[in-house]
Amino acid sequence: MSGFPILSLMLAVPAIAAILCLFVGDKVSRWVALGATLATFVLGCILWANFDIGGAQWQFTERADLFGRFQYALGIDGMALMLIMLSVFLMPLCILASWDAIKSRVGLYMSMFLIMEVVMIGVFMAQDLLLFYIFFEAGLIPMYFIIGIWGGANRKYAAFKFFLYTLLGSVLMLIAMIAMIAEAGTTDIPTLLNYDFPVQMQTWLWLAFFASLAVKMPMWPVHTWLPDAHVQAPTAGSMILAGVLLKLGAYGFIRFMMPMFPDASAQLMWIVFGLSMIAVVYTSLVALAQSDMKKLIAYSSVAHMAIVTAGLFAFNQQGIEGALIIMLSHGVVSAALFFCVGVIYDRLHTREIDRYGGLAVNMPAYALFFMLFTMASIGLPGTSGFVGEFLSLAGIYEASSWVAFVCTTGIILGAAYMLYLYRRVVFGELTKDDVKAMPDLNAREWTIMVPLAAVALWMGVYPESFLAPMRGDVTTVVARLAPAKPAGDAHLAAGKPKPAAAHGETAHGSSHAGGVQ
Amino acid sequence: MTADLMLIWPELILTIGGLITLMLGTFLGDRNVGLYQLSSLLTLAAAAAAVVALFGVETTVFSGTLSVDSFGGFAKLLIYAASFVCIVIAPRFFNGGMRAEYPTLILFAALGMGIMASSRDLMTLYVGLELNSLAAYVLASFMRTDERSSEAGLKYFVLGALASGMLLYGISLLYGFTGTTDFAGIAKVLGGELNIGLIFGIVFVLAGLGFKISAVPFHMWTPDVYEGAPTPVTTFFASAPKVAAMALMTRVVIDAMGPAVGAWQQIIIFLSLASIILGAVGAIGQKNIKRLLAYSSINNVGFMLVGLAAGTQQGVEGVLTYLLVYMLTTLGAFLVVLQLRDADGNQVESIPALAGLSQRRPGLAAAMAVFLFSLAGIPPLFGFWPKYLVFEAAVNANLVPLAVAGIVASVIGAFYYIAIIKTMYFDDKSDTEFPAGGGAIVEDAVITASALWLSVIGYLFIPVLAILSASAAAVLF
Repeated sequence: MSGFPILSLMLAVPAIAAILCLFVGDKVSRWVALGATLATFVLGCILWANFDIGGAQWQFTERADLFGRFQYALGIDGMALMLIMLSVFLMPLCILASWDAIKSRVGLYMSMFLIMEVVMIGVFMAQDLLLFYIFFEAGLIPMYFIIGIWGGANRKYAAFKFFLYTLLGSVLMLIAMIAMIAEAGTTDIPTLLNYDFPVQMQTWLWLAFFASLAVKMPMWPVHTWLPDAHVQAPTAGSMILAGVLLKLGAYGFIRFMMPMFPDASAQLMWIVFGLSMIAVVYTSLVALAQSDMKKLIAYSSVAHMAIVTAGLFAFNQQGIEGALIIMLSHGVVSAALFFCVGVIYDRLHTREIDRYGGLAVNMPAYALFFMLFTMASIGLPGTSGFVGEFLSLAGIYEASSWVAFVCTTGIILGAAYMLYLYRRVVFGELTKDDVKAMPDLNAREWTIMVPLAAVALWMGVYPESFLAPMRGDVTTVVARLAPAKPAGDAHLAAGKPKPAAAHGETAHGSSHAGGVQ
Repeated sequence: MTADLMLIWPELILTIGGLITLMLGTFLGDRNVGLYQLSSLLTLAAAAAAVVALFGVETTVFSGTLSVDSFGGFAKLLIYAASFVCIVIAPRFFNGGMRAEYPTLILFAALGMGIMASSRDLMTLYVGLELNSLAAYVLASFMRTDERSSEAGLKYFVLGALASGMLLYGISLLYGFTGTTDFAGIAKVLGGELNIGLIFGIVFVLAGLGFKISAVPFHMWTPDVYEGAPTPVTTFFASAPKVAAMALMTRVVIDAMGPAVGAWQQIIIFLSLASIILGAVGAIGQKNIKRLLAYSSINNVGFMLVGLAAGTQQGVEGVLTYLLVYMLTTLGAFLVVLQLRDADGNQVESIPALAGLSQRRPGLAAAMAVFLFSLAGIPPLFGFWPKYLVFEAAVNANLVPLAVAGIVASVIGAFYYIAIIKTMYFDDKSDTEFPAGGGAIVEDAVITASALWLSVIGYLFIPVLAILSASAAAVLF
């Protein structure tokens, strides 16, 4: 396998298909897009199968001096691998989700989605700072078109807001990158990861990166573009936005800000914790009051991402691993929830919660899947949400018990708004005539639901498959942060095991003894 | 003397070729469009070939008043290329009303611009500038019967004359206080103590040149002239003279004023930020696509000045790369505007009429979207790269506040670019039909080629661009 440019191939397949889609007719372009995304998914599986867990930090590296000042350098570590898998897994499902819903300019639509895929996996593969920035920013253009052309009634406003908001954040990061390149004299990310920037400079660089990544994330109070973008975007657009694009911000945190500016991260940790705490409580309460399903899920995304940021800045193994699992889990679950909304939106063309009710009667299969994803979003044990939330909250507790306390209320509020949503939509009397006429899932929708459900359960029951590739990278980051890490307030001590008690299999991590629950 | 003449072949070819073209038009009549167009195009090609042949020669001619170097060569190649395109696209626009003066004037303007780009003396600077300007005034009012065109020519002339006056006043002050018109001599004096006369001289010279590059606050003529002038002429104004004036400004600032950094840097920084911000804000609300592109050019000049403000070789390299990419983008954008004709064959310049263009002419709309995103500097389009270079130069020259302010203001600029894309892609079709066809193959080819180059392909040329711009910029340091 070594030497074969599989990463370039994964970029090339959707890129070529994107150009092709522009020139073939509507019908053919759907199949081209589906074929290309499935092919990329297969390549992704080959990539995962060949990834050497515990091997070199950077694998499948490719390097070509194409651009003079910066390089075409690709390579992945475990974290990037898992996020690439998430992207290539969601992509074919997105194409299927828009199979019937998109009727106009299908070729352009498919082309934009394929470009989106190139850009997203490119971000995770890039090993050169400028290459990363180019991929990172390039995502704006296809998403602008996706929201603006195929979105809802207020789509133009949402597209503008999305574009300008995220652009304003990103440009400051570019200035910081220029300063970093000038200081370190290289654009190579692995080298920069081990470069010690002066502490004073770190603070400024950290703030500039934060300005960009907090918007992408999005963190309170710069999250306001997200509900607008989600509500107006077509179903598949929301799926990819919530599923992968929101992860770019968190990926930037763990890939750049924390290992490159450890001192500044430690100093300014309070900003992240403070904003995360506000976000968890505030956006959960806002979600509770929504009457629009997509808006509700959008606000719940902000709350989940806040737990991710808090978990990352816990600076310990559990916190970071948990945050990464939440990223993956939220990627699958929120995409699934947006798809659930899309399914009934396609039938009734409204997202108003009050217009529905009693779906359990005439759409039992739908109700079952929706229930599963609702539970996964709440974090019920056995689903993917539980693993991530438990791990990250355990990590946060070690860093600061108050932050953990506030973030945990998010779980309770999360249960409240999700169950409330579920009750209003699925339970109750089936009184409305148009709702009665809605048919249950068709074969295409089953095809999308089943893989999403399977992955959500897999991640909940056996998270080790997903944690194993990332563990080494998290350890590296934690080691890099260790000198700057402030002492936590929890002072965990291992309890004395009773001599006779048969201790069960020890899961990874060591926080068993801490009384987190 | 003869040896000197051997080194100015490009200028000689343009002079002779321009005269031949004029004669052809006079004696064979204006209807032989093909003939005089061919002669003018051949002249430009020959002049470009002469520039290439002289590449690598670094010397001065005519007692040090004119330099022959790769900096001038780089600028001249861009100028000739832009002039070439502007002559090619003209006959279809004028639709039978084409006259031999058009290519002749463009040739003479190109000659003047070549002199601007390679002057190293205040006198040659002025001669080149006026040669270009006089041709340009006539070109702006080329459609004699069109009111807007005459108005554009008049406005351009009056304001241009004012700017020339300011420039001359500055030149006289510099000459008076340094005792020389030679750039190197001026630099030597400016390296010492600065007095109020010298500072006034610097300010007035920069003001005069600021008019030529249409930097704020000397930009007022730009939207009116761009709107009023015939579209091929606007295409010309937006491309070649920008290159020449920017090259000239760079040479004056670095070569003649180099040692007095404190005196000129603040001025350039002000011009730069004012242009970026006003160019962006002014464009919002424009309903005419040519006016909007005029504001866009003001905005882009601001970014070029960021590189110049750095005053380093890296900054000049950034400016040169910027000029090249900007010229290609502008040419492409104006060629698209040129193709926008309604069912009766009239030019359409109103932005609301572009609504739904992507459904009527998908290829054209896509090309325009590429140009606009590129002008906004959104990666992965190649317009990002020169912006990156100038900001990098500014950061490395410790001008971080300038870089931050400039890049934040660039987001305002992005707003109106994506607003046009919104009109073309998101809005419902307007009543205006844009029948396809009738376009010259050359136009389509230029649009396609520049759109492709500005998409990802351009990045592959970075190493070549870096070598070219570095060798050109090195001349000044």
